[in-house]
Amino acid sequence: MATYDGVFNALGLREWCDGGQSDGPMSMDALLAQTGGGSEKTFWDFPFPSLDALNEACGKIPQSRDLTVGLEQGFLAIRDALQVVLDPVTQPLSWLLRNALHVMTDTPWWIVIPILLLVCWAVTRSLKLVGFVAIVIGLLAFIDHYEYAMQTLAIIFVCAFICVLIGVPIGIGMSRSDKAQRVIIPILDMLQTLPPFVYLIPLIFLFSVTEPKLYGIAIILYAIVPVVRLTDLGIRLVDKDVIEAADAFGMTSHQKLFGVQIPLALPNIMAGVNQTIMMSLAMVVIASLVSAPGLGVLVLRGIRNLELGVGLVAGFGIVLLAILLDRVTKASLARIDASQSSR
Amino acid sequence: MKDTQQKNVKVSIKHLYKIFGEDPQSVLPRVKEGLGKTELLEQTNHVLGLNDINVDIHEGEMTVIMGLSGSGKSTLIRHLNRLIEPTDGEVLVDGENILDWNESKLRKLRRETMSMVFQKFALLPHRTVLENAGMAMATRGQSRKDFESEANKWLDRVGLDGYGNQYPHQLSGGMQQRVGIARALTSNSPIMLMDEAFSALDPLIRTDMQDLLLELQAELHKTVIFITHDLDEALKLADHLVILKDGAVVQQGEPQQILLEPSDPYIEDFVSDINRARVLRARSVMEEGAPSGEVSGEVDVNDNLESVIAKAGGDLDRSFAVTRKGERVGTLDMATIMRALVPREASRDTARA
Repeated sequence: MATYDGVFNALGLREWCDGGQSDGPMSMDALLAQTGGGSEKTFWDFPFPSLDALNEACGKIPQSRDLTVGLEQGFLAIRDALQVVLDPVTQPLSWLLRNALHVMTDTPWWIVIPILLLVCWAVTRSLKLVGFVAIVIGLLAFIDHYEYAMQTLAIIFVCAFICVLIGVPIGIGMSRSDKAQRVIIPILDMLQTLPPFVYLIPLIFLFSVTEPKLYGIAIILYAIVPVVRLTDLGIRLVDKDVIEAADAFGMTSHQKLFGVQIPLALPNIMAGVNQTIMMSLAMVVIASLVSAPGLGVLVLRGIRNLELGVGLVAGFGIVLLAILLDRVTKASLARIDASQSSR
Repeated sequence: MKDTQQKNVKVSIKHLYKIFGEDPQSVLPRVKEGLGKTELLEQTNHVLGLNDINVDIHEGEMTVIMGLSGSGKSTLIRHLNRLIEPTDGEVLVDGENILDWNESKLRKLRRETMSMVFQKFALLPHRTVLENAGMAMATRGQSRKDFESEANKWLDRVGLDGYGNQYPHQLSGGMQQRVGIARALTSNSPIMLMDEAFSALDPLIRTDMQDLLLELQAELHKTVIFITHDLDEALKLADHLVILKDGAVVQQGEPQQILLEPSDPYIEDFVSDINRARVLRARSVMEEGAPSGEVSGEVDVNDNLESVIAKAGGDLDRSFAVTRKGERVGTLDMATIMRALVPREASRDTARA
């Protein structure tokens, strides 16, 4: 005897409920109730009219777990169609990641390290920072973490590059249309707050675990948010007087965008790039769960096998990489700021 | 006296209305029937920006539009190049209604016919002074090589030679506005719109800039539309003065005439604080006709009363012959000057000073 029997009887739905009685799996409560020999339910135990409670009274009402099962089946049903579209579109990502990993790890260290230092010099013009980078990489190499660190860097470079490539245009689009902004901001909020593990699950269904794009997409989805947000914000914050002057002198919207808005928004966009790089670094560790190589693998090994030392050293390496990337991008940001700002 | 009749009307504003709010068209008929600004706001929640503006701007003249903040002067000047779209009315440039123009024609107008100088300078902070000055030409698609000599010429002319490679934030406010003026001049447009161009500068520099503008104008004869909230500035610069209040024109005409015959208590109040001796000129107060009796000297029609008083050495029984291009056209005695120095109807409010 379930609590809500009376409701269905009163509504005259008893017949419909019992029609085609499916002997679906019983809920735990129902089993207990049966074994308990229908012990008297008191007012205190009055259940919330949830799907499971209603199902007890009427077999036609689905159980809550049908919801999750249904979602899964729905996803499986459209999986093939999704794969047909997404596979070719995302194939370049796999290709890029594979090549970047290949280049970064298979080129001898005495070529890679000087190139990295040169790049660092080119963007920051600060000998101190170049020295710092040399020490960090040297330290990691000295404790034989060089290859892992390079794998992590390669993944971050590729993912951050793609984030900028996609994110900046989206941000520009948002800044030009309030409607687009209203649509995109909730999506960004969701991407930012959804636990990263959650979107790993459907990705595993969609792509084979041997494909690098699996973790590539997870990282990009997670890390693209700040660059989109800050591009939008940066362009919206450009001094209205300057925009008016650009209009008054008859600039086309194209001239205005590339001649005024983007250059003036650049400090903000660069701040977004910095955040994007930091977030890819955070995600690259989690992505090691789905076969992303790099320092994250060592962290994971430390957790799985309870190898305290391995996990700690790898974690410390990640911190060093994070500081390195942050300092280098911030220094180049400061250089842009100094060369143009009136603020 | 300047012959405004002989000059072409370059820009003509006809029955211009601007109403801000949800649905300006729906309340326009009521405004045309004479609903005032405060009533409109109370009854319909719309703000009346401009109310039936009619102004003719003559070629080669400096037209000054003066009003206190909120009087709609900045809104008005932005209608001339359609940075703001009017609710109703016409703006004719060389006889064509620019409100009918499509985007590309309007862009051509902004690039070639009108240039603008802004209160807050609005220079591009990431470009050098030279690139800022050449902005109009660069926008037309000319390369740096093409605009460099032109931009340098005007930078020299406004007193900024040698600053071409600096960035705007390295310059003082006055110098930044010089760049703003050089930018407008480099575009070689016949019409210059100046939106409170000198209001953000301190008084001494402001006077310098006014002198610079007058000097340039004497040489270039552009059609200048100048916005200001400062009556002294307006009287100094204007060939034609338009006074705005609450979005409507209260009085317009030759500044001397407005000063001598204010048509409205609002304007009387305004002009009562002015140093009349410095603003009024011999031509506006003299008696026409060659002098009959003895005169103690000659003054030019454009001399201001201050200089005439100085010439008389404060002596009250002198009188002067007024000459235009060497010919005697009028008489001016000290008594007339003294009368002119007192505002009309030595007004009830003068006591407060």
